Amino acid sequence: MNAWITAFLAICWREALRFIHQRERFVAALVRPLVWLLVFAAGFRAALGLSITPPYQTYITYETYIVPGLCGMILLFNGMQSSLSLVYDREMGSMRLLLTAPLPRWWLLFSKLCGATFISILQVYTFLAIAAAFGIVMAPLGYLAALPALALGGLMLGALGLAMSSFIKQLENFAGVMNFVIFPMFFLSSALYPLWKMQESSDLLHDICAANPFTHAVEAIRFALYLQWNPAALGWTALATLGFMALALWGYDPARGMTRHKG
Amino acid sequence: MRRTALATLLLAAAVPAQADEIWVTNEKDNTISVIDIATQEVTRTIPVGERPRGITFSHDYSRVYICASDSDAVQVMDPVTGEILHDLPSGEDPEQFVLAPDDRHLYIANEDDAVATVVDVETRTVVSQIDVGIEPEGMAISPDGKIAIVTSETTNMAHWIDTETHELFANTLVDSRPRHAEFVKHGTELWVSSEIGGTITVFDVATQAEKAKISFEIQGVHSDRIQPVGFELTADEKTAFVALGPANHLAVVNADTYEVEEYVLVGRRVWHMAFNADRSQLFTTNGISGDVTVVDVASRKALKSIKVGRFPWGAAFRPTQ
Repeated sequence: MNAWITAFLAICWREALRFIHQRERFVAALVRPLVWLLVFAAGFRAALGLSITPPYQTYITYETYIVPGLCGMILLFNGMQSSLSLVYDREMGSMRLLLTAPLPRWWLLFSKLCGATFISILQVYTFLAIAAAFGIVMAPLGYLAALPALALGGLMLGALGLAMSSFIKQLENFAGVMNFVIFPMFFLSSALYPLWKMQESSDLLHDICAANPFTHAVEAIRFALYLQWNPAALGWTALATLGFMALALWGYDPARGMTRHKG
Repeated sequence: MRRTALATLLLAAAVPAQADEIWVTNEKDNTISVIDIATQEVTRTIPVGERPRGITFSHDYSRVYICASDSDAVQVMDPVTGEILHDLPSGEDPEQFVLAPDDRHLYIANEDDAVATVVDVETRTVVSQIDVGIEPEGMAISPDGKIAIVTSETTNMAHWIDTETHELFANTLVDSRPRHAEFVKHGTELWVSSEIGGTITVFDVATQAEKAKISFEIQGVHSDRIQPVGFELTADEKTAFVALGPANHLAVVNADTYEVEEYVLVGRRVWHMAFNADRSQLFTTNGISGDVTVVDVASRKALKSIKVGRFPWGAAFRPTQ
């Protein structure tokens, strides 16, 4: 049992080290949502107020609306980033070292996922602190209540990244990930606009957004930040996490996915 | 278990709720929505006359007076039962009114007739009708009951009425379309809001001279939309909350320096408002969005918007304890 925990801590520590040694990455990870918050959202300020949608109890400006979506964005980019680092690890050979550890592979991958999620959450809270400095403040308990939702969302997007990394052969393919995964996932969700707004232009778009697991992750975070319970969003996020995790395990199964890809 | 729950429910229905209330007139629904301040939910919807607008309680809260504008009447209701007791003769199209400190005389603005009607609520008779400017609306009475104010929307004036002689003794110009007037700071100042002019004019009551003018500016909102209507002052009279109509905001004004300190986002087309008992919460009527926004006075933040009827107009506080 001890070996499991040792491995878990070692892998998390490596994630943390990697993060600490890339200060630019931390800054970049923060600048991205801040640009959205302070520039993009400013253009859509909605000074006259957005209509009330749950969990909001009264009228809000666009900046307030977009914050949970930007928390989701941090999780999404980090999830993809850790997928990128896995591809890099594989090219460099350090992944072989990791995967030959005498522990079940799922545990190693899960540890890696937890480490990455932990780093993501740190970034989210830093972002929330900066947003608060700009006047977008939630109830103090909301920040605490959001933690499980953030962890779940982080695990889900990390698992998705993991699954994808098992299918991406080379680092260069990451641009494709950007175009075909990150952008559609982010734009086809409730991160930037409430779903009823999507429905105004197209029912199909609305349905795609409603099915997008990223929407559920964002809504789970949004409701938690306002101290409301959204079991549906949490449930779908958990389900998607399990699905992506299974896909990742299948992808990293030595008998199938990776070896075959490498061949 | 279920029977106990049912019994509790029945008991709760039989005994009037013990929480304070905010009464809101719904102009288009011809109803009053009663909001329970403790639960912040509408607990009763009471049918009234046509196009209810101004609303005020008698000093002991045993009667509520409602301007049913299109019924050409001021209705008197028992707030406990919600029953209309009788109508008062009000003149045509009563819009706003104010109850004198003697708890007996109602000063009513008759929008279509360019008069202000004074009604004795006990004898139910018209004491006097005073000719004022065109489209009178805002009504105020000084704390000592000696001066009544009528603002006329088209003449753009505040008319000063001597309540003993029922004669005008002064007329002062204000900006375009004055909507609401209040005596503040123990009756030493008169504030008049001008909807189109986008200002509040402050008068010194002793001299009837203009003392200051408050104007508003919200980043990202066109100045045409900034239309001040109703306003209320906090218990210490140091801060005023001003409803800015289709700007969907309240302005928080320092009542000493006349500077705007902050803007609070509320529902669509906010016009009037009422405080709770200790003035820690403010309830605004948002006409277009058909709701009432609850604002926390200390933090100056909107807490919640409560759905009421269509086009909520006036609001009044009723203690039940």
